Amino acid sequence: MSSDDKKSELGHGTTGHSWDGIEEWNNPLPRWWLWTFYVTIIWGVLFTIAYPAWPLISSATGGFLSYSTRANVDAEIAAVAERNAPLNERLVAIDLTTIRDDAELHGYAVNKGAAVFRANCSQCHGAGAAGVQASGYPSLLDDAWLWGGEIDQIAYTIRHGIRNEQDPDAHWSEMPAYGDIFTDEEISQVVHYALSLSDSPEHDPALASAGEQLWFDNCAACHGDEGMGMADLGAPNLTDAIWLYGGSLETVTETVTHSRFGIMPAWGLRLTDAEVAATAAYVHQLGGGQ
Amino acid sequence: MWDYLKLVLLGLVAVFAAVAANYARDVAYMVHALIIMAVAAGMFVWVLRRTDEYELPKERSLSYMDDVIRAGVIATAFWGVVGFLVGVYIAFQLAFPVLNLEWAQPYANFGRLRPLHTSAVIFAFGGNALLCTSFYVVQRTSAVRLWGGNLAWFVFWGYQLFIVLAATGYLLGGTQSKEYAEPEWYVDLWLTIVWVAYLTVYLGTILNRKEKHIYVANWFFLSFIVTVAMLHVVNNLAVPVSIFGSRSVQVFAGVQDAMTQWWYGHNAVGFFLTAGFLGMMYYFIPKQAERPVYSYKLSIIHFWALIFLYIWAGPHHLHYTALPDWASTLGMVFSVILWMPSWGGMINGLMTLSGAWDKLRTDPIIRMMVVSLGFYGMSTFEGPMMSIRAVNALSHYTDWTIGHVHSGALGWNGMITFGCLYFLTPRLWQRQGLYSLSLVNWHFWLATIGIVLYAASMWVTGIMEGLMWREVDAQGFLVNSFADTVAAKFPMYVVRALGGVLYLTGAIIMCYNLWMTVRAAPAKDAAAPAMAPAE
Repeated sequence: MSSDDKKSELGHGTTGHSWDGIEEWNNPLPRWWLWTFYVTIIWGVLFTIAYPAWPLISSATGGFLSYSTRANVDAEIAAVAERNAPLNERLVAIDLTTIRDDAELHGYAVNKGAAVFRANCSQCHGAGAAGVQASGYPSLLDDAWLWGGEIDQIAYTIRHGIRNEQDPDAHWSEMPAYGDIFTDEEISQVVHYALSLSDSPEHDPALASAGEQLWFDNCAACHGDEGMGMADLGAPNLTDAIWLYGGSLETVTETVTHSRFGIMPAWGLRLTDAEVAATAAYVHQLGGGQ
Repeated sequence: MWDYLKLVLLGLVAVFAAVAANYARDVAYMVHALIIMAVAAGMFVWVLRRTDEYELPKERSLSYMDDVIRAGVIATAFWGVVGFLVGVYIAFQLAFPVLNLEWAQPYANFGRLRPLHTSAVIFAFGGNALLCTSFYVVQRTSAVRLWGGNLAWFVFWGYQLFIVLAATGYLLGGTQSKEYAEPEWYVDLWLTIVWVAYLTVYLGTILNRKEKHIYVANWFFLSFIVTVAMLHVVNNLAVPVSIFGSRSVQVFAGVQDAMTQWWYGHNAVGFFLTAGFLGMMYYFIPKQAERPVYSYKLSIIHFWALIFLYIWAGPHHLHYTALPDWASTLGMVFSVILWMPSWGGMINGLMTLSGAWDKLRTDPIIRMMVVSLGFYGMSTFEGPMMSIRAVNALSHYTDWTIGHVHSGALGWNGMITFGCLYFLTPRLWQRQGLYSLSLVNWHFWLATIGIVLYAASMWVTGIMEGLMWREVDAQGFLVNSFADTVAAKFPMYVVRALGGVLYLTGAIIMCYNLWMTVRAAPAKDAAAPAMAPAE
């Protein structure tokens, strides 16, 4: 079928066909292309001999290199675990309040805790631990602590969490929703009193003094007579400028009316004891630890 | 008689769709039932008005069936702009999450717009390009009119209905959550019917051909149509929860489901975006260059090697997962061996220009086609490289993958399609030439710079992200949180979105140019193109 009346640059004719004016040269396969193709095939055959590749009835060829992704990752994890095992044992055994005296262990714990924090805590508390302002995710950088800022208190909070159903030892407290108890006027009075504790510019002194008695009868039991809060109950200090859900007249009114119910998981169910201790050490040294 | 049958059928469909809309269990299904009801009712009226009318004798059967291809050219350009626009928007959403507008939730959030973008560009833009070019090429290279009469119109409109159902489904939350196979069961069934009609028209035309041999472009088109049918049916095997709801339960589960999905997913790339588009390349490049195809032997060898090897490569999407190591090895090995067969198409296309390289300077359409082959070669090298387990350990789940698919989609599929549209429009509307070659030049440069910005930014951010994810300190602890890597990507996300803006701008310029070609370019004297004599 070859047509010789014209030649390609390589000196070959066309195949003799023409489709809608398109012809085809009879040029050979480019040598470099063919040889590269052969090399990849040979490499492929060798590779499937070396690595697990060909399926059999109920298993597959294993390859002479005994390669296994699962075994590799197990080995890597085991190597790291073995290397860090002595430090982890010391971390579990130590009284956390004295960890700062052991510089080596403290450095290790902070590194380890930071890694745990990035993977597990940063979703709510932020990669920098600054929380999400006025959204119920507290900053861990300041010295306002709902459930206590001593290192062992922090460790307890991490281990058992807050108001979760999974751990019976979780921190628990529940502020009443005063919308069901007070009239709107009473809520307004008590909110203005609460705002007066931090000298908020939004508060109305007349309404605040009208709310004083309500405060002592209903709020002071948890938040304290002075409004300084109570770490055992997770009751926040209302005299500072730090507000978990926002300190405007509007949001505080919402809080008093409907209450709040922030939840934190019990990480002790997921993390090892060493990881809990390390995370407590990391959070404690962020700046606000007591 | 046929008309009466059609009336009965359309009437039944409309009534059943109305019933289904009433009993619908979810909003996506209800809207789809209403769309189907409206379409069936509209067609009922249309058929009714034409029933028993006197029809002119069919003289047209001596010429090519080009009106369906004209519609395909318009649909390709239209869906292209839609797909690119959604792509640009979601690129900005990633850089500026506030663009997930509060008031438009949940319809316009990233999660729903992303499949809209991928399906719009792959299936609406790419699919229409394949439909119209394959119909054009098979007629010319077989020297016969399309087989099956109006069946080709059914394929065209049936495919548009599929696109509308898929797109509205995504926005309304009707998805089976399989990448590139998101549409739910009834949309899949409809596409199957349309696809079988497509295969019938195509095969019928080839069997009817007046040429002795089947041209290479048709091998590629045929392998694309047959394989996509197989992939589509197997990957979408599912049991509907209710006939009145969009939800369905997949037949495969766990790692089998994942493997089937990526067997499908990778071969959607292999047969839809590679084999089909190589079919376009094999006709339009020799035509535009007016040179013979470089090597018949190469086309045979690389065709069979390509379709044999591609089907095995899917497991490389599942390295380091629950997939057994042996399957992962096979996927990687076949992907690497696939390198040269893929390049065979690039060599055959590029070398077809030998003796006509000067056209690169003077003909922006050839330049577009050549650049598309360049990107094809680049991404078919990058693909096998990324399938190597050690490379994949770094690249997987990062933006590198996004950069890779876009250098293929924007560079190869997009550019070759633009070249074909520029080739087809003057010929289909009997114009002497395009309205403006300098606008083609503008399009070429905007698109090329857009792709470079896109691919380069995604390479940088993908590799950076991969390195940040795996970075550990001396004691084996992770150094970065996920949020750190997201924050670090921000500048590259802006660059990527700007690349998309350039690409979209080029496509809009193309639409204007094609529109003006039809409206304003001087007409050709000759009448409708007669069929070429068989040789």
